[in-house]
Amino acid sequence: MSTGLEQLYQQIILDHAKARHGSPLREYDGAGRVGESHQLNPVCGDEITLRAGVADGTLTSVTWDGAGCAISMASASVLTDLVQGLPRDEVIALVDAFREVLRSRGRIEADEEVLGDAAAFSGVSRFPARVKCAMLAWVALEESLLAANA
Amino acid sequence: MPVVETPVTLTPSDAGLTDAEVHRIRNDFPILGTEVNGKPLVYLDSGATSQNPVSVMEAEQEFYEQRNAAVHRGAHTLAVEATDAYEDARAAVARFIGARTDELVWTSNATEGINLVAYAMSNAAAGRGGDAARRFAVGPGDTLVVTEMEHHANLIPWQELAARTGAELRFLPVDDDGALRLEEAAAVITPATKLVAFSHASNVLGTINPVAEIVRLAQSVGALTLLDACQSVPHLPVDVKDLDVDFLVFSGHKMLGPTGIGALYGRAELLNAMPPFLTGGSMITTVTMERAEYLPSPNRFEAGTQRISQAVALGAAANYLAETGMSRVEAWESALGARLVEGLGAIPGIRVLGPRAGVPRIGLAAFDVDGVHAHDVGQFLDDRGIAVRVGHHCAQPLHRRFGLTATTRASTYLYTTTDEVDAFLEAVAHVRPFFGAN
Repeated sequence: MSTGLEQLYQQIILDHAKARHGSPLREYDGAGRVGESHQLNPVCGDEITLRAGVADGTLTSVTWDGAGCAISMASASVLTDLVQGLPRDEVIALVDAFREVLRSRGRIEADEEVLGDAAAFSGVSRFPARVKCAMLAWVALEESLLAANA
Repeated sequence: MPVVETPVTLTPSDAGLTDAEVHRIRNDFPILGTEVNGKPLVYLDSGATSQNPVSVMEAEQEFYEQRNAAVHRGAHTLAVEATDAYEDARAAVARFIGARTDELVWTSNATEGINLVAYAMSNAAAGRGGDAARRFAVGPGDTLVVTEMEHHANLIPWQELAARTGAELRFLPVDDDGALRLEEAAAVITPATKLVAFSHASNVLGTINPVAEIVRLAQSVGALTLLDACQSVPHLPVDVKDLDVDFLVFSGHKMLGPTGIGALYGRAELLNAMPPFLTGGSMITTVTMERAEYLPSPNRFEAGTQRISQAVALGAAANYLAETGMSRVEAWESALGARLVEGLGAIPGIRVLGPRAGVPRIGLAAFDVDGVHAHDVGQFLDDRGIAVRVGHHCAQPLHRRFGLTATTRASTYLYTTTDEVDAFLEAVAHVRPFFGAN
């Protein structure tokens, strides 16, 4: 097996693709506001519906339903673990940092201190056709926060 | 030296290409000798776009180096030579499908050919073309019929035509083995039907549809027929007069030609009665500030400067295929299709769409891998230098009908070897273990 494929499909990604933390989608019954977003990648049919609950400027809940490739599903799972309980502004900064790495075509290494397990997706940036897969849940979260207007 | 050579007479033969011939053919395709990800390229995506032989690329280059000029205008020598090359190519492609030269309209691709007919019908519905065009007019109470296995290109133009005119769009359903449910055809194709548009061979299922039977049903109610021949003209002998369809479309880039060129065949009497779609220069006789008279087919449908070099190259592609012999290409690919289906069927967790092993299919197979998304399957294969198509293959309703959103498709051509099919099958067997799918 070439290093390219193993860089892309790191074990942590394969594991999260099955574990799917944050799935299924649940009603948000906590305090504060809730926002939801549906994202579809028309190229491959990858799909996610994500719901975010925000109270007092903190992301209190992320749940989602999705169907798609290992990269897109693992990314949603890792994202859920990473952002729950973080201040909204930090979440936005994380999404921006993740996007910057993924769009870098391999030029920017992910900072594991900042992105945690999501740094495992660095390899995706060398496969431009897969960047959308990895970004799907992150865009859905961004849109959910906008929708929550919080 | 003529730009387009006269094709040699086809030798009727049931025998397919031999291994040795296929290896010789491969030498004509430089890209097939390249490497991808450090592995020899195994190109199994010809259903999406085929590769070009040297003769096709040379025809295009030769045109630009020696004959480039606007066609059908200008009296200088180059303009005459360019026009000859352009019209010779039309004759070659028309001959390739058994059409008259004036029945072959150049389009950008098959999609444009279908849209041309749909918009011409729309224009007829708006009263354009007068009495002669009335048979193309559709409106409330009329139906347009497609099938559940259509590529979006042969679905959406009809959805739009229906929406513009008030006609109703109906479809022939597909059974579990990927065949049209013809027993329901009598209820779908009725005297209200004005057009039946369907594919000759499915780009997903590999199914070869019973054209004669559907044409007979359509003709019995006076409906026009349009055949999407994108997956048949490149791969098997097609004669439009034998098929007896009214319209037929195909794309150049799927038959060893360049992108940006395709063709619409139509019966001459229909094309000459049909209002134009795109209008402008080169398609007129007399123009005043108020109105215009139009040329007969094919020029009537070729407004503006055309895809000249692409047409010339497509002529060379048709000649390449004719010289090779389409019945032999068909037999070779049919064997590859059977090898794909049998091989995939023997791998645990693989579900092949379309006709079962032993039932005729063109040389492609789309399949689902249990527990692994098609995108991941394609990535795994790409790492081994194997190029396949993943996704819905522009057939979302068909995938939905089989409870899927995406599949992986391997599609062959005359240059595909049995070794490549076997390398692909061997790789697919490793997909589920790699992703831990059980």
